[in-house]
Amino acid sequence: MCGIAGLIHRGKSGNVGQEMTSMLQSLWHRGPDSSGFGLYGTAQANHLVMRLKLAETEELTRGYGVEREIERRAEQVRERLSELGAKIIEEDSPTVYAHRYVIDYNGDMNKFAEWVQDDHVEILSIGHSLELIKDLGSATDVSEKYNLNSFTGTHGIGHTRMATESDVDIASAHPYWAFPYNDVSVVHNGQLTNYWKFRRYLEHRGHRFHSNCDSELIAVFVADRMEKGDELEEAMNRSIYELDGVFTYIVATSDSLGMAKDTMAAKPLVLYEDDQFVAMASEEVAIRSVFPHEIDTIDPYEEEVRVWHA
Amino acid sequence: MARVEDQHKSQEMGLHDEQLTGRTQQMYFRVEGEEERFQKPFDIEVDFDKKAEIDAENLSATEVNREIKRLMMDGYGTINIKNPGAKHSMGVGFLNRLNLNFEGSLGYFGCGLLDGPNVNVTGRVGWSCGENMMSGRVVIEKNAGSTFGAAMRGGDLVAKGSVGSRTGIDQKGGTIIVGGDAGAFTGFMMQRGRMIILGDTGKNLGDTMYDGLIYVAGKIKDLGVDCVETEMTDLDKHWLQNKLSQYGLEAPNGVENMTKLTSGKKLWNYDNLEPTEKKLIL
Repeated sequence: MCGIAGLIHRGKSGNVGQEMTSMLQSLWHRGPDSSGFGLYGTAQANHLVMRLKLAETEELTRGYGVEREIERRAEQVRERLSELGAKIIEEDSPTVYAHRYVIDYNGDMNKFAEWVQDDHVEILSIGHSLELIKDLGSATDVSEKYNLNSFTGTHGIGHTRMATESDVDIASAHPYWAFPYNDVSVVHNGQLTNYWKFRRYLEHRGHRFHSNCDSELIAVFVADRMEKGDELEEAMNRSIYELDGVFTYIVATSDSLGMAKDTMAAKPLVLYEDDQFVAMASEEVAIRSVFPHEIDTIDPYEEEVRVWHA
Repeated sequence: MARVEDQHKSQEMGLHDEQLTGRTQQMYFRVEGEEERFQKPFDIEVDFDKKAEIDAENLSATEVNREIKRLMMDGYGTINIKNPGAKHSMGVGFLNRLNLNFEGSLGYFGCGLLDGPNVNVTGRVGWSCGENMMSGRVVIEKNAGSTFGAAMRGGDLVAKGSVGSRTGIDQKGGTIIVGGDAGAFTGFMMQRGRMIILGDTGKNLGDTMYDGLIYVAGKIKDLGVDCVETEMTDLDKHWLQNKLSQYGLEAPNGVENMTKLTSGKKLWNYDNLEPTEKKLIL
């Protein structure tokens, strides 16, 4: 089933961490397995923010020596960054296995991502403003663990996952970053039926996938089209006809937020919009958690694509 | 039973006669008047002038529904619900005459499985409002989500705003009225009943409909399989005018310019195909 949500402040910043936490917590019944946030903070033009996962949930249950092994992996990441000529400006680790870096790096992103990652180290996001946080449990649990209630920014997306076709682990949790494109992330509710066909096509074009989740494909598809010159809205319109299945998804870039619904309109989305703020979610209760007073909302229709700018 | 002339008039509109049977009440579709004729063998006696109010802000949907039932058992006939807060499954499963007013919006499955109440919602409703409704009236002042009136059997279900996709999917009776636009697959697998859309409709209108009538005032994106346009009669116009006026609604270009759609019934009679299929199999 899964729950998706998105919000954007127009022309200003807001407490997107707290707002997204309450929206996702309201959607907890749609997906209790994991919760994920793609939050867009203050852009750092000269620096990149990178979020890493150094271990998977299954490994963490192994007990003795796991933490030392994870610390060894963190040290490897530092060495690799140094070898690449990337300078670490800030480093912090909200959990043993989740690290956040602010980096000074201007080289090739594909090379960077391939160099830093290995079988145990997965980059969750890289961007000038994107920070992607995902973990098992409810939105409130994840938010407290990663101190997201104080996260200010312009926009964000979020997801509560009911695992249906892949494991209950952090790697399968949403949102997905469009590896290796900076600042592009996606959340999705539905199922793509031509996933493998399209994945092979994109892999032949040199893209690498980090999960077996169809949602990751949407992120890469949209980013790939934008690299070819499409505007975000154009890329999303194209996705409706090229991706097959039932889906509603929300995509975010460094300064934009967009939503798209498939031709069957089989997955829900409720939308609220005013001059200062746009919020959308699988269910209206999520929007009500930010706007408890009476508001007018709409359900976007089939094949509908909308994009808003921060 | 429905009177012979009622059946005749129904058939003149292109419908089979329609006998809507709820657990506690029965109502027959009539072209003219449509006054309700209920049988109420299990009804609770309620007084419409006896009024009560529930503040739903800190209550779950189950608690609100339970409180409505308790008040109804005490004879309250008019119940106002404040702060419904778009919670799911509110106002569900009431099989009695009752005036139920929601001051705000409802979430999913609002007002489903109703057999008798008159409901007003001042806000909007989420997916599956009025699902399996048997009789009574539900009026939504704003928009509604998808599958509005799914599998509905009787009564009137009205959204004065726009509705999502698959409105009236598997509808088996009653009347659905939409003041604005309706999404894709409106009237999908419709079996009986009537639908009035005053705005535009999305693609595949009336796809695979078996029976029933759909009237559209706006633009139709396209028709689904076996949905065909048919001639509007004076009886249709009379009924549309009468029905819309009950809810203070009007067709933007007059009822005479609405499009009437029904089933082409090419896919309809599966029984005739069965022996052939059986021969092939055997």
